[in-house]
Amino acid sequence: MGETLDINGPIVTVRLSGVMNGEQIRIGALGLVGEVIGREGDRAVVQVYESTESLRPGEKVEALGHPLAVELGPGLLGQIFDGVQRPLRGLVEQGGDYIARGLSLPPLDRDQAWSFVPSPDLNPGMNLAAGTVLGTVQENPTFSHRILVPPDVEGELIDLAGAGDYTLEQVIARVRDRAGTPRELKLYHRWPVRMPRPYRRRDPAGEPLLTGQRVLDTFFPLLKGGKAAVPGPFGVGKTVVQQQIARWSNVHVVIYVGCGERGNELVDILESFPKLTDPYSGRSLMERTLLVANTSNMPVVAREASIYVGVTLAEYFRDQGYDVVVVADSTSRWAEALREVAGRLGQMPVEEGYPAYLASRLAAFYERAGRVETLAGTTGSITLIGAVSPPGGDFSEPVTSHTKDIIQTFWALSKELADARHYPAVGWADSFSAYVGAAASWWAEHVDPAWAERRAAALGLLTEADELAHIVNLVGPEALSPEQRWVLESASLIREGVLQQSALDPVDSFSSPEKQFVLLDLILEIHDQGRKLIALGVPVQQLLGLPLLGRAQRLKGTYGSDQVPSLRDFVQEIRAAFEPFYRDYGRGEGEPTPRAAPGGSFRRGKRE
Amino acid sequence: MREKEYRSVSAARGGLLFMRGVPGVALGDRVQVRDQRNRRRDGQVIRTSHEVVLIQVFEGTEGLDPERTWVRFLDRPFEVMLSPALLGRIFNGIGQPRDGRPPVIAALQRNVSGAPVNPAVRAYPREFIQTGISTIDGLNSLVRGQKLPIFSGSGLPHNRLIAQIVRQAKLPAEEQSRFAVVFAALGISHDDARFFRESFETSGVLQNVVMFINLADDPPIERLILPRTALTVAEYLAFDLDHHVLVILSDMTHYAEALREVATAKGDVPARKGYPGYLYSDLAEIYERAGRIKGRRGSITMVPVVSMPSDDITHPIPDLTGYITEGQIVLSRELHNQGIYPPVTIPPSLSRLMKDGIGKDYTREDHPRVASQLYASYARALNVRNLASIIGAEELTEHDRRSLAFAEAFERRFVNQGEEEDRAILETLSLAWELLSRLPPEALSRVTEADLARFHRGPSAVDEAP
Repeated sequence: MGETLDINGPIVTVRLSGVMNGEQIRIGALGLVGEVIGREGDRAVVQVYESTESLRPGEKVEALGHPLAVELGPGLLGQIFDGVQRPLRGLVEQGGDYIARGLSLPPLDRDQAWSFVPSPDLNPGMNLAAGTVLGTVQENPTFSHRILVPPDVEGELIDLAGAGDYTLEQVIARVRDRAGTPRELKLYHRWPVRMPRPYRRRDPAGEPLLTGQRVLDTFFPLLKGGKAAVPGPFGVGKTVVQQQIARWSNVHVVIYVGCGERGNELVDILESFPKLTDPYSGRSLMERTLLVANTSNMPVVAREASIYVGVTLAEYFRDQGYDVVVVADSTSRWAEALREVAGRLGQMPVEEGYPAYLASRLAAFYERAGRVETLAGTTGSITLIGAVSPPGGDFSEPVTSHTKDIIQTFWALSKELADARHYPAVGWADSFSAYVGAAASWWAEHVDPAWAERRAAALGLLTEADELAHIVNLVGPEALSPEQRWVLESASLIREGVLQQSALDPVDSFSSPEKQFVLLDLILEIHDQGRKLIALGVPVQQLLGLPLLGRAQRLKGTYGSDQVPSLRDFVQEIRAAFEPFYRDYGRGEGEPTPRAAPGGSFRRGKRE
Repeated sequence: MREKEYRSVSAARGGLLFMRGVPGVALGDRVQVRDQRNRRRDGQVIRTSHEVVLIQVFEGTEGLDPERTWVRFLDRPFEVMLSPALLGRIFNGIGQPRDGRPPVIAALQRNVSGAPVNPAVRAYPREFIQTGISTIDGLNSLVRGQKLPIFSGSGLPHNRLIAQIVRQAKLPAEEQSRFAVVFAALGISHDDARFFRESFETSGVLQNVVMFINLADDPPIERLILPRTALTVAEYLAFDLDHHVLVILSDMTHYAEALREVATAKGDVPARKGYPGYLYSDLAEIYERAGRIKGRRGSITMVPVVSMPSDDITHPIPDLTGYITEGQIVLSRELHNQGIYPPVTIPPSLSRLMKDGIGKDYTREDHPRVASQLYASYARALNVRNLASIIGAEELTEHDRRSLAFAEAFERRFVNQGEEEDRAILETLSLAWELLSRLPPEALSRVTEADLARFHRGPSAVDEAP
């Protein structure tokens, strides 16, 4: 027992001896919970997860003996937790519409019984390694929750419960650890959030994370186990991009960390996800999703913790051998929470008030992503996608620039594109992906061998068009050659017909890899044909007036991902539109027929 | 501790009092400060320990003699009296009457700090509010429970625009008695305050308005508590009394400046332009009090005014506001100087909640696509305009000339409208199609073929355009 000495916003100095850094502390009559972030003599500095209003010097404090930890077990999916894993729906029952202070509630429901099926190959007397799968619980129709031996336990299996219904506090197995102490294992265990969970080995990422968003998957791919950042000023659609990823990614579990963002955005997810269908399982999206929410008006210290809570939950699912994507919106708010605490502690600011350890904390966080061989010997992955909210949209500010050094895929959102309502407003000039090579082999094998070449051609056109646009802005389009005019038009087709993708359009919100490729291929086919015709002397004005161009732009919304064969047939229209020109201007040398149709017979045959 | 009076002020500067030897004071508690001439001021505890207590004084510390200053600790936080009798009244930032009438006495009192709404009980805002202003209804629709600021600049007509919104954004007749306005004036001029009062009067809502006024010549630190008082009242009206409350905060820039003043005096580490690192969280505590709650009939819709210092949208105040609010309506000096009212500049303006509040069940099926098309066509036209200013309009292609004419017509007829002109949403959409019909159908990629067949007025309309 100790007492409070000084209350300075969320930072409280207490007199309390024998506590560890990181230890949880309960403070005052309200029972506010916080975490020790510094020790000096008999004094400890505590950051408190809740508002400290009405706290006085002299109130009693109590050390809880453990660091901030999360509960890991069945019942996590479909939930919404606050930044320290309190279940928000449960808090409503306790505290009403507003989050009252001092409420405490276990994250997982203690009364619910889960149907446990033990692993058939385990027998008493066997030696169990940490991470061994003790059995499974079918958490919902799509998700089989694997119950693990906690990472810090190993030893001889004394006994294992038979198949049946168990609540969380019932013992399902006993293990004699190395020291000979029997340890009781339950359906859940706890793990401290600031300590990465162990795994056997880190594997290189190989398979793309498919988000169904063309500009992401085709142009700036991310791999399962990779790290990406989405920076952008306000109003450029960061949140929509993040939500689209959460909706459509080809993973088993999605963890959405709403860190210092708007309450209504979380409500949007809570209301829309249960109604949306997971494109892979055909079930409600909410069955694979869990939310960690610290909205911008919730206490700032819990915001700092929320990121770690989210990624620790992800590691737990990874350790079961699943692919997990963590969407953190926004890491800038997390960094600001860090800055606020540092400022209250009087730590020396380095850049824009941020403490010197900003870069190392960011790096350590992103390093919790990865594809690993788990302790149980299976493969699991965490893909981390962090939104960044640079002040004034300035990408040179500390959080964006440090993040850029760490991540491999950078989806830079552009104000200019957003102002023209070009969404997703991912700018092709500033974005990058270090995973293109690895992604190319997947696309070549599963979709089309020409993927890398077509992608490069499209990016080349976009870049060339940007340069030409500078010239046009200075001297007007008349100064360009017909070929250049056609490049501008083709780039505009790529922008409107491929890159732009409305999250609200039911047909186009998700685009399968096949649709992504065929769409791009068709539009490049138009470009190639037009270029040849211009070389034959067809005036560019005649091509620019073709109704075909408008139709090509609307293809994406006309054919869904299940109508790719019909989409391929558009090549007939392209031929029909250009054929009269060939008749009038001849075919030119060495060009007997138009090039084989995109997705021509050999490809279709190969896939079927 | 019960109410006690102390005379141990060791320093007074920058709106702050430093006191020694007052044990056991609670953070956030209300205090009353009495100076050597027996004048009373109100304050709040912002840091507390056994040795030192730090107090922010809402009326400032000008003219205080620390040695002859008494501080009374009231042993309770700032609370505001809540009763239906608040409607039609005018108060200062801590809820004291400014209209010469007696204070409101009520059994119900609430702490002005509020508590965060549990995200699990929020209801997603979806009900379209018709403001009768084409640039808002058509392109940046406002929905009940949204927080949509107006980013403005000195001398721009944001006050007139807000007054027009209040006048026109009425509820259906049967719900009219459930419409209320909470008006929080933060450092605005006497003239502006009078203008608002008169416009509430003429629009017949005065009896349903609660005003909290801190004028430009009132003490700035009071601005820190005023929005909290106002929003506590708004929450009471919305969630206890089922009102649909429109909260106007004008001007949040003055609020943030007061916050910086106190932060500097406290010695907080500055982040950008001298504003403290917690400006974002602090603004969010205010803005996030807008919204809807499941199972409650009322709503809080918030329209804050943020004047952009030197018209700079990347200044920390508009910048952080934009990250918290659900969009922004941006006013432009250029349009204003061309005599266009309201001078809403389209490219940076945005309503994030629009997508779910418009379309088939709310306005008209084609609305989302028309809005997207108008944006795209106008953005393209602005590029052409830039080009024309360099190479001259004569050098433009025919398509570009059409685009240019579209932009002119769009600004003059769609953006521009009378201060008394109340356009129904269908009127706005019909006007939008009239303008879009000046462009050939193949230039309209954001609308469907069906939209074109139904609403585009055909090639003859295109040809009529210059």
